Amino acid sequence: MREIEYREAIREAVIEEMDRDPKVFLIGEDIGKYGGAFRAYKGLLEKYGPERVINTPISEAAIVGAGIGAAVTGYRPISELMFIDFTTLAMDQIVNQAAKIRYMTGDNLNVPLVIRTQGGAGRGVAAQHSQSLEAWFYHVPGLKVVMPATSYDVKGLLKTAVRDNNPVIFIEHKMIYLNKGPVPEEEYLIPFGVADIKREGSDVTIFAYSNMVFKSLEAAAELEKEGIGCEIFDPRTLVPLDEEALIKSVKKTGRLVIVSEACQRGSIASDICAKINQKAFDYLDAPVKIVAGLNTPIPYNSTLEQACIPHKENIIGAVKEILL
Amino acid sequence: MVKKLENIEKREQETGYMIIDGHKIRNYFKELDPEIKIEMLKKMYEIRHFEDQTEQFIIRGQIHGTCHLYVGEEATAVGAIYAVEKKDYITSTHRGHGHCIAKGANIDIMMAELLGKKTGYCKGKGGSMHIADVTSGNLGANGIVGGSIDIATGAGLTCKIKEKGKIVVCFFGDGAANRGNFHGALNMASIWDLPVIYICENNIYGMSMPVKEAFNISKISDRKFSYGIEGLTIDGNNLVEVYNTARHFADYCRAGKGPVLIECLTYRWKGHSKSDAQVYRSRKEVKSWMEKDPIPGYRKFLIDDGVLTEAEGKKLEVEVVEELDQAVKFAEESPFPDPGTVEEDVYA
Ligand SMILES: Cc1ncc(C[n+]2csc(CCOP(=O)(O)OP(=O)(O)O)c2C)c(N)n1
Ligand SMILES: [Mg+2]
Repeated sequence: MREIEYREAIREAVIEEMDRDPKVFLIGEDIGKYGGAFRAYKGLLEKYGPERVINTPISEAAIVGAGIGAAVTGYRPISELMFIDFTTLAMDQIVNQAAKIRYMTGDNLNVPLVIRTQGGAGRGVAAQHSQSLEAWFYHVPGLKVVMPATSYDVKGLLKTAVRDNNPVIFIEHKMIYLNKGPVPEEEYLIPFGVADIKREGSDVTIFAYSNMVFKSLEAAAELEKEGIGCEIFDPRTLVPLDEEALIKSVKKTGRLVIVSEACQRGSIASDICAKINQKAFDYLDAPVKIVAGLNTPIPYNSTLEQACIPHKENIIGAVKEILL
Repeated sequence: MVKKLENIEKREQETGYMIIDGHKIRNYFKELDPEIKIEMLKKMYEIRHFEDQTEQFIIRGQIHGTCHLYVGEEATAVGAIYAVEKKDYITSTHRGHGHCIAKGANIDIMMAELLGKKTGYCKGKGGSMHIADVTSGNLGANGIVGGSIDIATGAGLTCKIKEKGKIVVCFFGDGAANRGNFHGALNMASIWDLPVIYICENNIYGMSMPVKEAFNISKISDRKFSYGIEGLTIDGNNLVEVYNTARHFADYCRAGKGPVLIECLTYRWKGHSKSDAQVYRSRKEVKSWMEKDPIPGYRKFLIDDGVLTEAEGKKLEVEVVEELDQAVKFAEESPFPDPGTVEEDVYA
């Protein structure tokens, strides 16, 4: 199968959906000639024109709000926030408006809106451009949260997100835009709420999403040399979450390590841990382990920055401890 | 639409006064000691060479994160900051090296921060976008566009209530003026007469977004009407004009008359940040603005004025280059922070 970059997979998904449905349009900062901060929209202005590729001033709240307004009146916008750190500026629109409109209005209005953004550390852009804030959205009833790791997943899930009738927070990771991965030529969609086992194994389940999938795969490859079989469980969508598949994997391995770039306090990792303790305790042969980022803002200096986020070595260490 | 520089009313009216965008402003600059006039030239050189050096670091891969260079905009930072006092506050932006240097930061320590060193202003934890030299009254750069507009307003509150006589200079870009918080902050400052000089550095683009597409008004300073405050648009590449205007409104703020919105027209010569192919503007446009380089213009002005000789001007630049070599040496030889410090200063 051909291999394409993650950002190219995004672009393909957007093109396919815009060609399929004239109601889909793009709105965000520097998505015109610039092609998006990570160049995922390269050439789209030329292809679709300024009515469907809407370059905006620096007004994050309005980028999301205008998306909501267009969505409730029949469009299917993809609003882009350049960094997840800037969702802070649009939180009213995301949390109080988009997430609640359908419920509050007794299902009179739907919000078929995708908010594309990216997060994570690793590029030396320090504390206000490197956060992992997915737990905020995960916490709020009324938002779907998608965090694809591979080119294949990002394409299939973005297409599904565009077709969803509800608001979707679509979170990419700044370190993986240039990663290449297999993507078929034919059209496909990936349903929400279906996890992907990125690698099978029988000794321990590693729950990881986004960039942490790759760190976990590296760890698994090394552990295999020592005869330890890791099952890499990638939920792909955090809301909805494929609990059934997770429980099934934990049943099989009896052990769970959760990997999270976000710090642990109030995190998705902690919530997964709680869920498993509530629903699959009897299958566990050892207490769940969490490998998470440090509880710090992300520093600039590269060594310090790297010290804040989990690495292969941390995952290997946790797996070994849980197997003791 | 951006008003052409030539259209901005600016002529010497009676001796000792200038008319700048409809405001009669005293030529304070004329009354300055020659040393200060020369120091301002030196500061502009310092910023220019600091940024050239930073660009070299970027090319050589020594800068881990990103950087936004201030080249071409030097007259705005230097003119505005020299017009206020050392004790006054400033807030800065992601494109903050120029403000930081003009306010009096040590370039060795700044350079060390860019290289992520322990000896840097933020112990290597902030980098280019977060340098804060509090000792010189600089409350910090900001990675969030427009993030400091509110902070400047709060500092203005402190100045009004507690630190009477002090004022704040708040720098932000044209792009930042379209963040919603701009409205909240300027409105507050206006109802409470806060002593804040809001300086909008209109460099014609917010990243790739041209001002003419981002605004439906031709002068950003016309936003003053919404708040019932003073405001004007000036040539941000003309140090004398920036100095006089800022000085005029510094007195105005200190007198408790409230905030002001000054739009400085200027241009960023370099790409927006570390990676920018600049597909949104032409080489020709960049070149035309490079011809309006604020530094040689000001140097010539000083020479014509008899404040400086050609040779002294050259010598000044040589001195700056030497100081920068020293800064590079300091930064490069400085140690990286100990990884164990990563959790230091985390209090919650
Ligand atoms: C709230 C926010 N939105 C977007 C960005 C990304 N970004 C960084 S600088 C910039 C352009 C800022 O333009 P302007 O305010 O005119 O300042 P300039 O870069 O031109 O000096 C953008 C969009 C950001 N850092 N913060
Ligand atoms: Mg600008």
